[in-house]
Amino acid sequence: MTDAAIDPNASASADDVAILDVRQLKKHFAIRNPWGWRTGSLKALDDVSFTVRRGEILGIVGESGCGKSTLGKTLMGIHQPTDGSIVFEGNDIAGLSPSASRDLRRHLQYSYQDPGASLDPRWKIRRALHEPLVVHTDFGYDERERRVRDILQAVGLPAGHLDLYPHEISGGQQRRVGLARILTLHPSLIVLDEPTSGLDVSVQATILKLFLDLQKQFNLTYLFISHDLSVVRMICDRIAVMYLGKVVEFGDTETVFESPRHPYTQSLLAAIPDIGGRRITDTFLLEGEPPNPGDLPSGCRFRTRCLMAQPRCAESEPELRTDWPDQQAACFFAE
Amino acid sequence: MTAELLRVRDLAVSFATEGGTAKVLDRVNLTIGRGQIVGLVGESGCGKTTLARSILGVLPRNSAQIGSGSIVFDDADLLKVDPATLERTVRGRQISFIPQDPYGSFNPVFTIGSQIMELMKWKSPELNDRQAARSGWLPRFHGRQRYRADRQRVLEMLAAVQLPNPDAILAKYPHEVSGGQRQRLMIAMALLTEPKLIIADEPTTALDVTIQAQILKLLRQLATGRGVAVLFTTHDLGTAYEICDRITVMYAGQEMEEAPSEGFFNRPSHPYTSRLLRSLPSNDGGLVGIPGEIPSLVNPPIGCRFHPRCEYATEICCSQRPEPHDVGVDHVVRCYHPVTEKPKQAVQ
Repeated sequence: MTDAAIDPNASASADDVAILDVRQLKKHFAIRNPWGWRTGSLKALDDVSFTVRRGEILGIVGESGCGKSTLGKTLMGIHQPTDGSIVFEGNDIAGLSPSASRDLRRHLQYSYQDPGASLDPRWKIRRALHEPLVVHTDFGYDERERRVRDILQAVGLPAGHLDLYPHEISGGQQRRVGLARILTLHPSLIVLDEPTSGLDVSVQATILKLFLDLQKQFNLTYLFISHDLSVVRMICDRIAVMYLGKVVEFGDTETVFESPRHPYTQSLLAAIPDIGGRRITDTFLLEGEPPNPGDLPSGCRFRTRCLMAQPRCAESEPELRTDWPDQQAACFFAE
Repeated sequence: MTAELLRVRDLAVSFATEGGTAKVLDRVNLTIGRGQIVGLVGESGCGKTTLARSILGVLPRNSAQIGSGSIVFDDADLLKVDPATLERTVRGRQISFIPQDPYGSFNPVFTIGSQIMELMKWKSPELNDRQAARSGWLPRFHGRQRYRADRQRVLEMLAAVQLPNPDAILAKYPHEVSGGQRQRLMIAMALLTEPKLIIADEPTTALDVTIQAQILKLLRQLATGRGVAVLFTTHDLGTAYEICDRITVMYAGQEMEEAPSEGFFNRPSHPYTSRLLRSLPSNDGGLVGIPGEIPSLVNPPIGCRFHPRCEYATEICCSQRPEPHDVGVDHVVRCYHPVTEKPKQAVQ
């Protein structure tokens, strides 16, 4: 774990609009046998690089097990990266100790997948909302209370909810409390981990609208991690598609959805139910399931399911090709 | 023999809870034709699982109370049939079940093969009703002939659900196969007893989109190929569009609209369903949610349960629940003020 190792690429490509610059980020988990010997590694993130521009919404999409949550948690310092750099607002935060990165982290916040589970069931909403301010600031109670009430209004909850316990409010409201809790610190970048999972569609729409409103109001940048492609299409400016720890396609949302280049992205898009379109039960072609991430195939990781696979795919691993405007894909044969 | 396989009429079910009696189903109607795939769509807590469970006759005995109504399956009212007969002849044999959670539905300490053979021991289509009552208790050597036939049948079915290497899979433990494969096994088990109706309770919720697409394709193929009717409950209108011939939408324990799939997505007539379709994320449309929250079922709104959130609600909506009336071919809606305009994202 190198302390604040500065990657030459990072300083070269980080222009003033980039708020977060991730270079060659790796996170490998050890696979151990029953005696605790290391028998291999699970490459949850393998050479992931991207930049997030200030004020945009970058979507990270992929199926379960592709490493998208690991990415979010590594950015937050919940997992220590194996290698690579994470430059946030000009500072390399990869591999910093929790205490050293706490000040930086104030502006980089993480919204958990399950807001119900991340609120203490024995704390009232008021105490949960005060806590981040107690940790990060030296405001007095009245100042904190004022700020909490402002934020609560911004996320559309009545002030009366401060005296309720988490189990007394609905899932959509818990999600709003989770957001309010983050917003009290005025962050600049928020990692939203599956922010709409477990919500009904009617509630989901209002929550997404809230995200967009808050983004304008507080000048936020989002890293939007989700498996729901229709939501991602609607809300994100750019997307990165991940498959087994690698970014396989990256680009403007509209471009990627209109003309996906990577065969995996094509199958993923073909699998979204499209009301009014052709039924996927007639058209869907992809076979098989993702391979075991602890035992990846050689070369391209998608080749075992790919319809276009050739011998070359087994020999070497394709890099992200920048052959298209606003779009990159890691495939030898993509057109 | 009628064209309808299942006909639920005015079914009311309530549960005793600590907070009072929750009126989970309020005079619900549902019709399933032979070989039809019917989607039961609704948000969480709308009673779709309760309806599925009442058809199967597996409501919790100590808290559930069936107030009124009938469930006519193949010309027999399942609510009047005595439980032992139901168990012997209908449940698991004529009506089978695909659960939502393929992880929790297998016993982790037995092999998949022994669990599937256990099913065949009790519910094999080779048994007649009288044998089914006792065959499970007989020692295995008693029916070696049948055991071989059953095993052959199981292997064929595993091949039909496109599982590679059926022999090897039977020897595995549930944790050794992936979620998608486990759901395929569940479909195989549901089809093995040659049922007339399969109740699939959100079978793809726990799966990834590409696996979901595979499973939907498989389920549709197998069900239509064998002429099995499916009651497919889901909260996702997109999934329902992909697989269903007919759709019933529920809200807070009342069914709101019943229609063939095309008619439904072309012209949703209930204010709730039309709002629900518009709250789906789309590229052109903005975000239109439904204001308000799902009501408590202990003290539900009187009349149409959607009226507190409905933009068209008038006085009569708050006092009396609308009766079903036709707005198109086979298209029934329970609303006093059905929506007539075409929604934005319509079927071409």
